[in-house]
Amino acid sequence: MNIGLLVILGVTSMGVYGVALAGWSSNNKYSLLGGLRASAQMVSYEIALGLSLVGVLIQSSSFSLRTIVEAQGGRFLGIIPRWNIFHGQFIGFFIYLMAAYAETNRIPFDLPEAETELVAGYHTEYSAMKFAMFFMAEYANMITVACLATILFFGGWNGPLFGPPLVRALLPLVWFVAKIFCFLFLYIWVRGTLPRFRYDQLMSFGWKFLLPLAIANLVVTAVAVAW
Amino acid sequence: MSFHLILFLAFGAVCVGGAVNLLAQRHPINSALSLIAVMAALAGEYLLLGAEFVAAVQVIIYAGAVMVLFVFVIMLLNAGVEEETKGSRVAVLLGVPGILIGGVLMAWVVLQHSGTDAVPIDALPGPPTTIAQLLFHDFLLPFEVTSVLILIAIMGAVVLASKPESAAGKVD
Repeated sequence: MNIGLLVILGVTSMGVYGVALAGWSSNNKYSLLGGLRASAQMVSYEIALGLSLVGVLIQSSSFSLRTIVEAQGGRFLGIIPRWNIFHGQFIGFFIYLMAAYAETNRIPFDLPEAETELVAGYHTEYSAMKFAMFFMAEYANMITVACLATILFFGGWNGPLFGPPLVRALLPLVWFVAKIFCFLFLYIWVRGTLPRFRYDQLMSFGWKFLLPLAIANLVVTAVAVAW
Repeated sequence: MSFHLILFLAFGAVCVGGAVNLLAQRHPINSALSLIAVMAALAGEYLLLGAEFVAAVQVIIYAGAVMVLFVFVIMLLNAGVEEETKGSRVAVLLGVPGILIGGVLMAWVVLQHSGTDAVPIDALPGPPTTIAQLLFHDFLLPFEVTSVLILIAIMGAVVLASKPESAAGKVD
């Protein structure tokens, strides 16, 4: 059953409903606007997200995440690991990162929940545990994005193995968690650093820049693999 | 009663229940959510047939994008609860016998063919590579023509939604 990556994309697509329904059911115009903007943003960037993953798929010829990681074992010239980011998906990685930041509604794409603009947007009317659930969902989404980024572009659990057999068995887990930690660090670092996009800038960036770039990345990867 | 049959009946029940709920609900947003449940149950049915790629794509595209647009429209148009209308006697006079006749016909057709085997899991293309071969090699022309069809639909929507020329007055 070769559909690992598609299941993740499917669950991501279903996440849009939570935001849209929360915004609308709050019965207040700020929440409605925030909810609709958030869902439109998520749906638009899902396309670029999916296309950026297709480059990786073409190189690995499989939807299964385990196969994709195993294809990234080994090294070039003995030093550079054969991660997909060094193996031709450099631009694909950055497209994925930007699309994922927009999918998870994080700065610089977090206008829908901007505290200063929309009175907190779609989760205005939610407090205590329900608000906590929104934020747990957002952080879970961030962790999922970090996991996918390491699996698809950074070699997943591949890393130098050393020591006795017990250590060797546990070391891949350590490498995986370390890489995820780096991505979460990057998420929070970017949040503290960048200002946010205005909504029209955000949408035009997604449709007029990221999508054509993702398609171009796909075409170049396909041609390179076919040769 | 194999597990396969139990799962089939379970997904089928969710599908039919969702469809009936879609008709029975009075607020359109509840109907839209029931339709999402129907899509998800159909994806389960595809999975039971062994068509895993189609199941995943059903969730991503149908339940995850098309239904989002439906829900957007309901929210933006602020479609309210259905209004109560008096029933129509003609509908009952023609409808009830009509449904009975339709039901009997379907039961007759199903019983006619009840001796044949169920579709085995391998019968349909499952893995993405097989589907890719079919889409991009054997059925390339219908595939490309379908994308042109979608382009025409998009252009039609843009034209219908654009403001008429006379309303775009001069700015001065």
